Amino acid sequence: MDEKRTPTWQIILRSGLLGGVIATYMCVIGIVETFSERLLIGSFFSLGEVMLVFGMVITGVLAARELKGKKNYVSLGGSLLSGLITSLPLIILIIITLLFVLRPAVQGAAFNLRDMFVNLSPELVEILTFGQGLFPGIPLLILFSALMAALGATFVLPSRRWRMGLISGIAWTLVIGIFSDTVQQIFGRDIASFLFLNKALTPQAAVIVFVIAFVVGFFSVHTRVQSRWQTIPPSQQSRARVILLLVALGFLLVIPWVIGLFLSQALFMVVLFVVIGLGLNIVVGYAGLLDLGYVAFFAFGAYTMGILTTTGALGRGGLNFWTAIPFCILLGVVWGLILGFPVLRLRGDYLAIVTLGFGEIIRILALSDWLAPFEGGAQGVLHIPYPSFFGFTMNSPQSMYYVVVAGAFLAAFVTIRLRESRLGRQWMAMREDEDVAEAMGINLVQTKLMAFAIGASFGALAGGVWAARLGNIFPHSFNLLISILALAVIIIGGMGSIPGVIIGAFVLVGLPELLREFTEYRLLMYGILLIVMMLVRPEGLLPEATRRRELHAGEEENIEPVPQTPIGSDR
Amino acid sequence: MLKRSLDRYLERFSWVTFFLDVFRIAAIIIIVLGVYNTVIEARYTSAQWVTLIFAGLAQGSIYALIALGYTLVYGILLMINFAHGEVYMAGAFTAVFLANYQANSGFLARSPFLAILSWLALATLVSTGIALLLERVAYRPLRNAPRLVPLITAIGASFALQYTFRGMYGTEFRSYPTVPALQGTVSVFGSQVPIVQLIVIFAAIVLMVILYFYVERTKRGTAMRSVSEDHDVSRLMGIDINKIIVTTFALGGALAGAAGIFNGLFRPQGVFFFMGFFPGLKAFTAAVLGGIGNVRGAFIGGLLLGVIESVFPNLILEGLGIPAANQLRDAFGFTMLVIILIFRPQGIFGERLAEKKA
Repeated sequence: MDEKRTPTWQIILRSGLLGGVIATYMCVIGIVETFSERLLIGSFFSLGEVMLVFGMVITGVLAARELKGKKNYVSLGGSLLSGLITSLPLIILIIITLLFVLRPAVQGAAFNLRDMFVNLSPELVEILTFGQGLFPGIPLLILFSALMAALGATFVLPSRRWRMGLISGIAWTLVIGIFSDTVQQIFGRDIASFLFLNKALTPQAAVIVFVIAFVVGFFSVHTRVQSRWQTIPPSQQSRARVILLLVALGFLLVIPWVIGLFLSQALFMVVLFVVIGLGLNIVVGYAGLLDLGYVAFFAFGAYTMGILTTTGALGRGGLNFWTAIPFCILLGVVWGLILGFPVLRLRGDYLAIVTLGFGEIIRILALSDWLAPFEGGAQGVLHIPYPSFFGFTMNSPQSMYYVVVAGAFLAAFVTIRLRESRLGRQWMAMREDEDVAEAMGINLVQTKLMAFAIGASFGALAGGVWAARLGNIFPHSFNLLISILALAVIIIGGMGSIPGVIIGAFVLVGLPELLREFTEYRLLMYGILLIVMMLVRPEGLLPEATRRRELHAGEEENIEPVPQTPIGSDR
Repeated sequence: MLKRSLDRYLERFSWVTFFLDVFRIAAIIIIVLGVYNTVIEARYTSAQWVTLIFAGLAQGSIYALIALGYTLVYGILLMINFAHGEVYMAGAFTAVFLANYQANSGFLARSPFLAILSWLALATLVSTGIALLLERVAYRPLRNAPRLVPLITAIGASFALQYTFRGMYGTEFRSYPTVPALQGTVSVFGSQVPIVQLIVIFAAIVLMVILYFYVERTKRGTAMRSVSEDHDVSRLMGIDINKIIVTTFALGGALAGAAGIFNGLFRPQGVFFFMGFFPGLKAFTAAVLGGIGNVRGAFIGGLLLGVIESVFPNLILEGLGIPAANQLRDAFGFTMLVIILIFRPQGIFGERLAEKKA
């Protein structure tokens, strides 16, 4: 778009250095080394290497994209060159590690850089030099980096079919390698033992998976569902929809028994966050009130459930799960109103910080000795009984999964009905412009309070279910992270859209549950995801139609939904 | 007379204002009751109060320095740089390694002044660097986006920075070495006040004065004020907006870096990756208390918040018979924020921003 064209060497240098910085960053914060334990393919390719390679591939993609107008050999050569540059920061890192970590460690000197950068370890050097020592190691690293950048370039360059084939081949191989546990739990031991050895794909299996996925991607089996759908006449469409819905429902009902105990627990958490996300979605997505203290309502729900049903010393009321749940929801509404009231007149950023403050106040109060006689203080509430259903005690993740799915259906139903209602339209009007909404005769006080109250009730419902599943609750669980996670779920998924919330919960809650290796870096990834998402696709993965138009207003006048705008393409 | 004002009140009656009034009166009653009980029962001697006030002032000057970063950025971009607490953490967390190295090698004992200066330089450098990186990567591309978008980016950046530093420097709690030259106490109003607290307060005031003159008297400062009034007109006047915004972030970062070292001087423990989060929130509260966008306000707000936080839990909460009032100190800071925003959203010096522009 620029008037003056950037010279080729500059593009090469820039993308090379950017990729190199990313790769070095991965090394320094310890991702590469931590994940190098987790083998993906055979005994030589680990998740750590994937992280390292990521930077190099990015280099190739960037270089090739910017050189796209040029001849193919220019851009391929360019990305090879920038791949060479990518290895430069890594080599510097190796040298620094040798000089300031390994040598002082041998000599016993006082200054050792590893006191500061805990991840600059001999193991890291070993990974970077492929365990070959410095001499063949460093040239190997340079070569490897150039090759990986060229691989990245092939994602951009060749025809669509080759690209789809390559991407699907690599993606499927990685996915099956990473989720080997999950694959094993779903498909049973026989297939797993054929594919995997110690959690990693055997090389033969990796080749097979790659080839199959490549062929599938190459011949583009995935047809355009959307256009296919539109060719079906409307009368059949509605019938097809009902059938689809029934199939989906049946799927939802049987799935916990197929996937086993551990995955059911993960699924429970995902659906729990769907409920939380739907609640926050009403406040943030529909009413446009950025609430960073949503965990407070979750905590109210959990504590209500705990205190009303526990068989321990703190118990009051002695209700069971089913009779306590309405109280959870009711108290959520009441607290939504109480906390919503003081912030009625605040807007935007101020509201965000004050609600964040509320979340922290609630947590600190729950921890304090002052309220300990009522809700246990730091000891929390213990011995919350499992719900029972006609004499059947729901003590497994599978059975609680049904409870939370019921809750999610309730939440989704309420959300859908509200969205089309007068109240829903008032929320959206208020989100767009408070002053205009007020001038149109919308009672802002009432509308805002309703948003807080209904959003809070979903949060409290989720909290109640969660408390019953866990059996013990502690104030430490109700920290800011839950609020941030809930926010990330609806933003990544697409604000204001229900499928978006579901996708968001799967991506942000489900994946980390499956990838236990990621727990250390989970929040780092949320943070980076939030930034990247806002920069690249602020409307989320599955946005509401209006929202997308709004956020891209002025960018394109004739709106064609842009599929997957790639990084940096708007500049 | 009374009847007329009552009539006027009823004429404009709305439930919101009514409840807010009730809330205000309740807040006042609670505060007065607590203070009254504490004073009558004479729980603390006046020397103890002086100690608390100075501790509060020292803590408050840290808040003030961080709050200046919020206020400067808010004045120019009308956005809350939510990740500013992490900018503060970055400097303090990096310099702690230098400090400990110097303490081990004996350099700190030999020339404490130079040592502390070198920490300050390092922390300021790192914090400024992080602030500029934030601006370039996270905020600049979104300058014309809807308001919530940069705020969400800032939240993301805050977590990304925290966990980047956690990955780099590890999860351990570090602490600054004690500086022998700064130990000891001075007697003020019959109470022993640590010298280091006085030094921190003094240094913060010096930095504040320098900043004030920079903003008010220099050409770049004038340009900054102009940009905060109106971007477009400033551009027409030949001001490079980007340069001014970068300067603003750099200033805020430098002050936050200095704050990190001062914090390490008088409260050495607890240096870790999450250390910036709560001071960041408190400093934001301080900025709001002083009137956000206002340099003088941020400073006074910071000092005030420090004192409130250190004195009020003892003064009010203990008077109300709440056990272990110091556990609730953080909650108290946030409650202050809510109360300020209800009573006087524009802060002490500010214009009415919370409702209008924001």
